[in-house]
Amino acid sequence: MKVEAKLEFQTSTAPKTGADLLIELLLEEGVDTIFGYPGGAVLPIYDAIYRAKNSIKHVLFRHEQGMIHAAEGYARITGKPGVVIGTSGPGATNLVTGITDAMMDSLPLVVFTGQVARTVIGTDAFQEADIMAITTPITKHNYQVQSVADLPRIVKEAFHIATTGRPGPVVVDVPKDISSEILTEVVKDVNIHLPGYQPTYKPNPMQIKKLSESIPKAKKPVILAGAGVLHSHASKELTAFAEKHQIPVVTTLLGLGSFPADSPLSLGMGGMHGTYAANMALYECDLLINFGARFDDRLTGNLKHFAPFAKVAHIDIDPAEIGKNVPTQIPIVADAKVALMELLKEAEKSPDCEKWREKLNQYKNDYPLWYELDPSGISPQWLIQAIHKVTNGDAIVATDVGQHQMWAAQYYTFNKPHRWITSGGLGTMGFGFPAAIGAQMASPESTVVAIVGDAGFQMTLQELSVIYERNLPVKIIIVNNGALGMVRQWQELLYDNRISESLLHTQPDFVKLAESYGIRGAKIDNQEELITSLPELMAHDGPVLIDCRVLQQEKVFPMIAPGKGLHEMIGVKPQ
Amino acid sequence: MKRIISLTVQDRSGVLNRVTGLLQRRQFNITSISVGAAETEGVSKMTLVVDVEDDQRLEQVTKQLNKQIDVLKVSDITDKAIVARELALIKVASSPQLRSEINGIIDPFRALIIDVSKDSLAIQITGRPDKIDALIDLLRPYGIKEIARTGLTAFLRGHQPQTTELSASFLLK
Repeated sequence: MKVEAKLEFQTSTAPKTGADLLIELLLEEGVDTIFGYPGGAVLPIYDAIYRAKNSIKHVLFRHEQGMIHAAEGYARITGKPGVVIGTSGPGATNLVTGITDAMMDSLPLVVFTGQVARTVIGTDAFQEADIMAITTPITKHNYQVQSVADLPRIVKEAFHIATTGRPGPVVVDVPKDISSEILTEVVKDVNIHLPGYQPTYKPNPMQIKKLSESIPKAKKPVILAGAGVLHSHASKELTAFAEKHQIPVVTTLLGLGSFPADSPLSLGMGGMHGTYAANMALYECDLLINFGARFDDRLTGNLKHFAPFAKVAHIDIDPAEIGKNVPTQIPIVADAKVALMELLKEAEKSPDCEKWREKLNQYKNDYPLWYELDPSGISPQWLIQAIHKVTNGDAIVATDVGQHQMWAAQYYTFNKPHRWITSGGLGTMGFGFPAAIGAQMASPESTVVAIVGDAGFQMTLQELSVIYERNLPVKIIIVNNGALGMVRQWQELLYDNRISESLLHTQPDFVKLAESYGIRGAKIDNQEELITSLPELMAHDGPVLIDCRVLQQEKVFPMIAPGKGLHEMIGVKPQ
Repeated sequence: MKRIISLTVQDRSGVLNRVTGLLQRRQFNITSISVGAAETEGVSKMTLVVDVEDDQRLEQVTKQLNKQIDVLKVSDITDKAIVARELALIKVASSPQLRSEINGIIDPFRALIIDVSKDSLAIQITGRPDKIDALIDLLRPYGIKEIARTGLTAFLRGHQPQTTELSASFLLK
């Protein structure tokens, strides 16, 4: 691929530096927002940002972890790469959690880290960290710029790698002497040269034929829809395919919204806290068609009992995911959308599985998600349903990890794609709130709700400054149970009730905290108040923090205990 | 089971770290690894010998290696017609009186004495790993002071027989 880089010198008298070139290259890539934090090794870059401030928006966060999660939220909503700039040493190491999170959940990020000057690399210089070695296992690829002449190629390749195939984070480490180097000549032609990287988008026709022939033979087919469907914007095609053949659909945690949850064919989410119908469908099926899910252990449970009677077809853009955890009879390396379009053409005959659908409907009706509504306080599940109602089910919802995440996944019925941002693979506390900021920046007109736990929120709450400063109307709802709820739940159920260090006895006054940042805060601790004040709070034209005190002892059910199979769910029915 | 995996990689800084780091992270055992320049400029050839439990793990290791941007080609050549060699340097305790005796031992192996000192000999041997092992066993009674082995390097023979399995796995025992 050959790309013409337009490197026009500014007419200003200031000499152009490597950093100016970097900013120009970002503009060429269509970057409109930089999530960043300055520091010594990136001073030349920040000087260039100063010069380019009319053409590019830089958002200053308060911690590198906050800004990278924001970039992830931005990437999740737009599909465009989140662009991050951090300084060397601690700036770079603070990004590590976010980079890993993006790697696990396949989010496109291009992360620029400052580095000490090349002359002192390897001498343990001030704020030096070997970020190349640190990020090698947690990036799709990484680069250290060794010459300013390489910069155009590296930036092009970084964006190309981050956004194509299975998306992921790319780190570009920029030594300070490179970014401050005065340019003497113009680099005209930029050639991307990536002979070792050619993602496959088009499925092998033989495999498509094989799958098409398997479909009418199936008596108990089921579709598993993962995040790959969302990455390739294939919800429409997936829905058409499922409806054409009347095949029931299970979604993964990250696949929520890829298939409308209110469709009669939807069985809901599968996995550890999935629905009984979804998990029994995965257990009993005789044909499992997986579009873009990676058979994560939280979905499969004990692999011995995962889809033991099924022929497995797995459509994934990453060949390494196919057969990694689950033996696969029909492997299809492809983009989900391209594969679905081929299947819509190719697979004509539908399976005769009326009985199977009836059986699954029976499961759905007999074992729906349940909780006991306790009118003395706020049931967290009811809270999520209330949020759904007030936002017409159309909000962008971001969460951390834990109980509140599972309740949001279970009860915020996602009927549309690209409304759900959560830390699935890495399970990062402190992810939800900054991710919501990035989502709000990406989609200013949308209602964005950060549903967070009281513990996770305290890990990245410093970004309240950002939503105040930029008047981003993010609605933060703290599902406050005064505990690391999921840890406590496991200690109750699996560690014989030995509650070890999972209760938060001291908390800030979240309302005052919000107010100290200049943000409206509210505390709600009963149902009536929630019913009367939630609509008004959510309609507020600006950021709001709601400290919602929920019933402390509530647990997430149903559940598959670790080591158990999908058919061994507990808490399926009220005791 | 031990497998010989041949990798063609871009000769870039950190590429060896990428490969070994990946194998470590995914819990694959490396028996040996050898790296050097290939026929094309900017391209290196790596020969890995890895210990994997089964075919599924073998498939994973090749796929994960393939995913690396700097890795151009991955092939498991264990069951192909290949030439495979390793070089070893062996320092053996030896008095002048024993020299001819040792010479007689190493001669059938086509090994060479490449350094002689008052009380030791340095022997160079090239061959398949099992041949090197055999020579080491024979020299052990004399007192081995030091061994340095390069690890296996290998590529496909010019002609691949069309017929069925031609197992080279005996090379690896």
